[in-house]
Amino acid sequence: MSATPLLELRGIDKSFGPVQVLRDVALAAHAGEVTALVGDNGAGKSTLVKCISGIYPADAGEFLFDGRPVSINSPRDAATLGIEVVYQDLALCDNLDIVQNMFLGREKHSGLVLDEPTMEQMAAETLAGLSVRTVKSLRQHVSSLSGGQRQTVAIAKAVLWNSKLVILDEPTAALGVAQTAQVLELVRRLADNGLAVVLISHNMNDVFAVSDRVAALYLGQMVAQVKTTDITHSQVVELITAGRSGNLGLTGEPVTAGNGAGPADTTAGGVR
Amino acid sequence: MTTTAVRKEGPAAVTPPPTVGSHLRGYWGRVRGGDIGALPAVLGLIVLCTVFSVMRPSFLTAGNFANLFTQGAAVTLIAMGLVFVLLLGEIDLSAGFASGVCAAVLANVATKAGYPWYVAVLAAILTGVVIGTVLGFLVAKIGIPSFVVTLAGFLAFQGIVLMLISGGANISVNDEVLVAIANRNLPPTLGWALAAIAIGGYAAVQLLRHRKRLSRGLTTDPMAVVLARIGGLTLILGIAVYILNQERSRNVLINSLKGVPIVVPVIAVLLIVWTFVLQRTSYGRHVYAVGGNKEAARRAGINVDKIRISVFVICSSMAAIGGIVAASRANSVDPNTGGSNVLLYAVGAAVIGGTSLFGGKGRVLDAVLGGAVVAVIDNGMGLMGYSAGVKYVVTGVVLLLAASVDALSRRRASASGTR
Ligand SMILES: Nc1ncnc2c1ncn2[C@@H]1O[C@H](COP(=O)(O)OP(=O)(O)OP(=O)(O)O)[C@@H](O)[C@H]1O
Ligand SMILES: [Mg+2]
Repeated sequence: MSATPLLELRGIDKSFGPVQVLRDVALAAHAGEVTALVGDNGAGKSTLVKCISGIYPADAGEFLFDGRPVSINSPRDAATLGIEVVYQDLALCDNLDIVQNMFLGREKHSGLVLDEPTMEQMAAETLAGLSVRTVKSLRQHVSSLSGGQRQTVAIAKAVLWNSKLVILDEPTAALGVAQTAQVLELVRRLADNGLAVVLISHNMNDVFAVSDRVAALYLGQMVAQVKTTDITHSQVVELITAGRSGNLGLTGEPVTAGNGAGPADTTAGGVR
Repeated sequence: MTTTAVRKEGPAAVTPPPTVGSHLRGYWGRVRGGDIGALPAVLGLIVLCTVFSVMRPSFLTAGNFANLFTQGAAVTLIAMGLVFVLLLGEIDLSAGFASGVCAAVLANVATKAGYPWYVAVLAAILTGVVIGTVLGFLVAKIGIPSFVVTLAGFLAFQGIVLMLISGGANISVNDEVLVAIANRNLPPTLGWALAAIAIGGYAAVQLLRHRKRLSRGLTTDPMAVVLARIGGLTLILGIAVYILNQERSRNVLINSLKGVPIVVPVIAVLLIVWTFVLQRTSYGRHVYAVGGNKEAARRAGINVDKIRISVFVICSSMAAIGGIVAASRANSVDPNTGGSNVLLYAVGAAVIGGTSLFGGKGRVLDAVLGGAVVAVIDNGMGLMGYSAGVKYVVTGVVLLLAASVDALSRRRASASGTR
C-alpha cells in the first residue's frame, strides 16, 4: 500500500437542519485496498458517501486527495478527481440500455452527434476487462437485467472513467448467494487493479471476505479504522452496535442517542 | 478471500450474427413483453381506413387524402411538442390555447400591424418560447405540478386570446405566404424531388450506420432488414406523392388542384429535426434519462431543471407552429382558435401513437402516427354524417383505449422486465 492515502477526510460535520448526522468524521482510503465502511442503519454511511461525491456539501472538514487539499462541491467535481459512486439504489435509468446508462451525462460525440459505436465498444471492453460475461446484449434495457447484472452495470459504469476511487453503497444487499459472490469478486478485482475501494456493507461475511481495512461509524462518529486482520467479527459487531469494543472505539461516556444523529436512530433496527 | 466462491469464467458467449428470423423473433418478443410501440396506431390506422373506405367510397379519393393532412396538421404539430413534455412524465394542458395565443399574435402582427409574414411567424414562435419558459420555470424552479401550472395556463391563455382579439369576432389572415402554408400545394415535380431526397437521405444514413457498425465488429441489424426499411419508406412516400399529385379539382378549367400540401414537408422537416435531437444528441438522451429516473439523471451530472424547462419551451414553440398552421387554414384567428378539442386531440395523438403518459417512452413519430389516427376518425366520421358530438365521444373513447394500452403494457413490461 502507498504511504499517503488516496482520499483522506478530516473533521467532516454534516447536519440536516437541527439533526447532526455526521460529527468530526475522519476516513482514509488507500489505493489497492478495499476499505469496508460499516455502521448501523442511520449511522450516516450513505450521507458520508454523498458528501464525498459532492451531492451534499459538508458543513465542515477537509478533503485530501493524493495528499492535496481539494473541495468537492458537485458530482462533477468528484468525477473530475476520479471518484465514482455506486449508490445503494443504483441510480440506473430503466428506460435506457446498458451502454446509454454507462455513458449517461458523459456521452461521447463525433461533432454534434452521439458516437454510439465508440460508446458501445468502450462499454464492451470495460465489461470484458471486468470479466463480465453474463449480459446477453449491450443494447438491452437495464429493466430487463437481474439484480446482480444491474449491480455489475453500475460498477462497470463507475470504472469506465479511469476512476481512482470507487465507493459502493451496499452492492450486495439485494443479491442471492451466487450473485453476491460474483459482485464481491468484482470488488476485489477493482482493488487488485490498483483502485481504492470503499465498500459499505451490513454483511460481516462480505466485510471479512474482501476488505483490507474496516472503518466503523456509530451515530455519525467514526469510532475505529483498523486493519481487517487485526479485528474479529464480534469486535466489529460491538463497534457497530455500541460504538466501542475493548480498547477500540469511543472512550469515556458512551454516546447517548440524544446527542447522536437524531431520534430516528434510537429506533433503528439491528445489523441487517 | 477464501469465502468467496471463485467461479470459473467460461469463454465469451459467442452470439451468432443476427438473421432476419432472429430480428423478427426479437421484435415479436419485445411486443409480447409489453414494448408494443406504435403497433396499435398502425393497426388502428389500417382498420379505420378499411372500414371508412368500405362505408364511404368518397373517403378513398385523392381529394380527401389531401384533406386528411391539412385537417390533422395543427393537432399533429402540437402533439409533436407534447411528446417532449410527456417524455418527462409531465403534461401541458395549456398547449391548445398557447397555440391560440401565438396565432392571435401572428394575426395582430401580420394583419393589424401590417408587418411581413416572416416577422409575424417569428413573433408567434417567440411568444411560444416565452410561454414555455414561464411554464417550465413554474414547474421546475417553483415546483408546482405541471398539471396545475398548465391548467392555470389553459384558463389564462384563453383570456389572453380574447384580449388580443379585443372584442372583434376574429382577425383575418390575408398574407399570401401565411395562407399558402395550409392551403396551397407543392408543384408535382417538387413533391417528387423532395420525396427522392428524403428516401436518399434515409438510405444513406441507414447504410452508413450499417457499414460503420460492421467495420467496428458490432452486432448490426441484418442487411435485409435495413433494405426492407428503405424499401418500405420508398413505397409509402411513392404512393403518397403519387396520389397527392393527382388532379383533385372538381373543375380543372377554373382552377387546378394537385400536389403535396405544403404542410406535409413542414411536418416532415420538424419530424426529422426533433427525431434527430431526441435520438442522436446528448440533449435527447438526457430527456429520456430524466423521464426514466430523475434522481439517476441528477447524479449523472445532468441539469434536470434545465431539461424540464426546455421541454416546455419546445412544447409551446411547437404549439405556436401549430397555431400558425391553424390560422393559415382558417384564414383567420378567432377566440376559439386552439380551443375546444384541439388539446385533447393533441394529447390523444401522442398517446395513441405510443408515447407513454408515465414518462421515459415515446418518439416524435408517435405524434404523427397518432395524429393520423385522430384525423382519420374525425374525417371519416364526418363523411359518414355523424355529428360533432359523436366524433368527440368516439375520440375520447379512443384516447381512453390508448391510455389503457399504455397502462397495461407498462404493467406487462414491469412483469416481464422489459420496459
Ligand atoms: N436528506 C436528508 N434529510 C434529513 N435527514 C437525513 C437525510 N438523509 C439522511 N438523513 C438522516 O441521516 C441519518 C443517516 O442516514 P444515512 O442514510 O446516511 O444512514 P446509513 O448509515 O446509510 O443507513 P443504512 O444502513 O440504512 O443505509 C439518518 O438518521 C437519516 O434519517
Ligand atoms: Mg445507506
